[in-house]
Amino acid sequence: MIEPTVYDLSSPGRHGPQLPVLDVPVAPLPDGYLRTDLPLPELSELDTVRHFVRLSQRNMGIDTNFYPLGSCTMKYNPKVNEKAASLPGFVELHPLQDPEMTQGAMQLLLELQVYLAEISGFAAVTLQPAAGAHGELTGVLIMRKYQLDRGETQRTKILVPDSAHGTNPATTTMSGLTVVELPSDDRGNLDLEALKANLDDTVVGLMLTNPNTLGLFEEHILEITQLVHEAGGLVYGDGANMNAIVGVVKPADLGIDVMHFNLHKTFSTPHGGGGPGAGPVGVVEKLARFLPGPVVTVEHVNADSDDEFERNNFSEDGDDFRLVWTMPSKSIGRVRAYYGNFGVLVRAYTYIRMHGAPGLRRIAENAVLNANYLKVRLQNEASYPVAFGDRICMHEFVAQGILEGAPDIHTMDIAKRLMDYGFHPPTVYFPLIVREALMIEPTETESKATLDAFADAMIQIAREAREEPQLLKDAPHNAPVKRLDEVRAARQMILCRC
Amino acid sequence: MAYKFDATVRYAQSHDWARLEGDLVVCGISDYAQHALSDVVFIELPSVGDTVAQGDIYSTVESVKAAEQVYAPVSGEIVAVNDDLEANPELINEDPYGAAWIIKVKPSDAGELDALMDAAAYESLLAEHE
Amino acid sequence: MPFIANTDADRAEMLAAVGLERIEDLFRDVPEQHRYATLDLPEPLSELEVMREVTALAGENDHLGELASFLGAGAYRHFIPSVVDFLAGRSEFYSAYTPYQPEVSQGTLQAIFEYQSMISALTGMDAANASHYDGATATAEAVIMALNSVKGPRKRVVLSPALNPQYREVVHTYTQGMGLDIVGGDLEDHDFHTLLELVDKDTACVVVQNPDFLGQLHSSAEMQDLADAVHAAGALLAVSVDPLSLGLFTPPGEYGVDIVMGEGQSLGNGLNFGGPYLGFFAMRSADVRKSAGRIAGETVDVDGQTGYVLTLSTREQHIRRGRATSNICTNQALMALRACIYLAAMGKHGLKSVAEQCYHKAQYAATLISMIPGYQIVGKKPFFKEFVVRCPVPVSVVKDFLLLEWGIVAGYDLTEDYPELGECLLICVTEMNTRQEIDDLAEALAAVAEMAEEMELELEELR
Repeated sequence: MIEPTVYDLSSPGRHGPQLPVLDVPVAPLPDGYLRTDLPLPELSELDTVRHFVRLSQRNMGIDTNFYPLGSCTMKYNPKVNEKAASLPGFVELHPLQDPEMTQGAMQLLLELQVYLAEISGFAAVTLQPAAGAHGELTGVLIMRKYQLDRGETQRTKILVPDSAHGTNPATTTMSGLTVVELPSDDRGNLDLEALKANLDDTVVGLMLTNPNTLGLFEEHILEITQLVHEAGGLVYGDGANMNAIVGVVKPADLGIDVMHFNLHKTFSTPHGGGGPGAGPVGVVEKLARFLPGPVVTVEHVNADSDDEFERNNFSEDGDDFRLVWTMPSKSIGRVRAYYGNFGVLVRAYTYIRMHGAPGLRRIAENAVLNANYLKVRLQNEASYPVAFGDRICMHEFVAQGILEGAPDIHTMDIAKRLMDYGFHPPTVYFPLIVREALMIEPTETESKATLDAFADAMIQIAREAREEPQLLKDAPHNAPVKRLDEVRAARQMILCRC
Repeated sequence: MAYKFDATVRYAQSHDWARLEGDLVVCGISDYAQHALSDVVFIELPSVGDTVAQGDIYSTVESVKAAEQVYAPVSGEIVAVNDDLEANPELINEDPYGAAWIIKVKPSDAGELDALMDAAAYESLLAEHE
Repeated sequence: MPFIANTDADRAEMLAAVGLERIEDLFRDVPEQHRYATLDLPEPLSELEVMREVTALAGENDHLGELASFLGAGAYRHFIPSVVDFLAGRSEFYSAYTPYQPEVSQGTLQAIFEYQSMISALTGMDAANASHYDGATATAEAVIMALNSVKGPRKRVVLSPALNPQYREVVHTYTQGMGLDIVGGDLEDHDFHTLLELVDKDTACVVVQNPDFLGQLHSSAEMQDLADAVHAAGALLAVSVDPLSLGLFTPPGEYGVDIVMGEGQSLGNGLNFGGPYLGFFAMRSADVRKSAGRIAGETVDVDGQTGYVLTLSTREQHIRRGRATSNICTNQALMALRACIYLAAMGKHGLKSVAEQCYHKAQYAATLISMIPGYQIVGKKPFFKEFVVRCPVPVSVVKDFLLLEWGIVAGYDLTEDYPELGECLLICVTEMNTRQEIDDLAEALAAVAEMAEEMELELEELR
């Protein structure tokens, strides 16, 4: 059953919600400025409601299904976060109101900056970036500007491991720098020898995801960061996988100089069908002045007062301080309008306040335990190979859709068949360095019972792959549509109903 | 996997082929390369009049999952471009050595063509990789 | 522990299955000296307690739901029909992620496709993408696309001084490593002819705004002339627009523009203190493959049934990596969904009536204000919902007085961004403002001028 589009449902003359009757005189409209037709649909309110409710039913979300999409940290989104973010004091607040009118919102931002700095060990944090990749751009531009600022204009390269997310090399190019790809070693770590061979005075820095996209913690992390620092470079930490280590280790303690957080991953803000996220960036002290702005800072109200007593006497809290927007002295500039995805930041603030330090540690512990448990079941009971499967994984692991006795079955077939069992498939064919990759991240919010049900389905699918491979080839059987023709989509390029 | 080879062309390591036709060299991608890409959905073509050096990227061929760069097997000036491929990129899958030629080059160094592999050498190169 | 389902018994069983004794053993690859560093964070709170705290913080803000507001300047308070919150609040939408697996993401994909369709219809362009972070970053991505789209390596970018100042800043930030020559932003003369003098053979694109940051509308003929001149120089023309203005005014696709982008917040999204918003982005077919961001396309399944997929992904970072058109991955999908629901719900008639009410109310406000002694409407062109007022007293005084004495948020102070204009205030009037509010605004402006005059007289007497 297909769902018609809003244009198919449109019927001339139908109206949706109406505005009040115009209460001012009608002014003449200017000639030579007006459009003749406005080709938007005409629907009743009920048409609209039924259409979008039906569309929503053609989706899997965390609230309906287990969603172990590797590298995306699809954990439960607490409903209290939604309630907090929809308070009128936040929703109806204009970003250009005078700071005197927005002190509550700025207080929340300031506290979130402090919490994120504490969790990561960094000296300063900007909340402006709108997503992880946006945070990466911010971070790499900061690294570039730092090197230029100290006269190291010959530094134009960023080292990126071959297991990295595509955003790392793409960000590097966008920043006007050159990517040098480094291989992984036989334990899934960054290859130390290759790193040493490439470290010289042309290197701006290294971008490192730790745990990496294989779900493995870098065994030589301290040596890596030390080597880069000795060569005058900086280490960028891709915080995509922070869920594995939040509350367990502070990235700055490992020698990371700059890192983005994915609040929509680690701090549980909803993924929204592809956004909004938020990608705050933390930096060590020497990079703080390069942060994008404006950032919230505390100002002593009477700092410039003519009265000596007022200047020098103030209490820690109370009316002697106010929050203001400031631009760091050597800022790379704004990376977007205003201050960040504030609504997302409210959700993350709420989440951190509910967890506190012990709660955050339990997130990482349970996420890692869940991943290892699932990994062991798939390895032992269903004989799915797991990349570097002899190691303990962190919050995720990379299995392979390679089954003995089922040579024609690929990862894509297994992924599509999982839908019939009521599971969203894992991330497929990434990282690129693992053949037939199935990247599985269960997150801490899933119960053992759910993990067992998923493992049982994977075991059953492995059996089907050998005995009834066509069942996998034709999957999904129960989804709203069967397998879609992506080649046709790319060749036809039907991008709108116009 | 059984790939098609063409005895009238010479092959580069980058899976590109070149065929001498009169005083021009016709270039395209090998049957192996189109298989590796799977269904081609788009090709970005160079302009007539551009000059290329051997090993230069002169085109990009895309499937839905990959964007592969195409390298010039010989140096010279591009004198013709196969515009049919823009509307019919699937020709690259269907007839990689014939209808799906990509460019014709006026070669600047005849020796380059001779140094490329013949079909037998290319076939054994692929066999090593498999 | 909130939100974690497993019990101690579950954990013990799972640890045994993994072959470990203690949870700590899972972290043996983490350098021991840094493991379990102390975190100095406030104590955990229950849901009841955290809501109390957050509600208190929200309560410390003086928000526009409680005041009469004429503040716009890029972020706007418009009517949001109830269906938007209700439908976008369905967790099948908001708890999903990027539709990488199309068969179980048809809801999200079809909504993106419909959003793209309605943005294309509104702007008169061939195609639109699934969203950028906001209007500012959409502008930066437009510049980058133009650089990749024009023939040859061109390095000059011409920005109109009447383009939102924050958008200009973001273009500079994004492209700081690209060695560009960005000009135009500091021109005091906002005439297109002056801008065109900066266009040379090295120019990749010209970026303007219509209606511009100061509210001024440019006619279709003016825009067409600009587009022709830019194209004659071999460059592209990108225009940032207020999407609601397109309920009434000529779609940019009809006056020869190459890229249309802007802030989509006013399409069903709240003010939210600056985000999350969405950047919309529309273009010509010929440029789609050079563009950034996700795009949904229509196709069929193996049974020939219509369905939707993410398409043209080879442009993107996960495939093309260092050669991608942008690094963007996560976008503002939920905000685009809200915009989609808003456009569908309001539809052809609703959107036109929103645009008309903005227009008529803004004209009414400007007429009233122009009659107050000392105030002057700046600019000779027609305007949509924003206009500039030169004040007889410092803007800061006007703003404070209106807020404290009348509970009115007067508008945006232009003195920092456009000092050459003098004491100017940017006033925004939408369908949300009642006639009474507008009348009050005019009365309050008159009062502050009178008060200032009296104070001036008193001062003179003292002297």
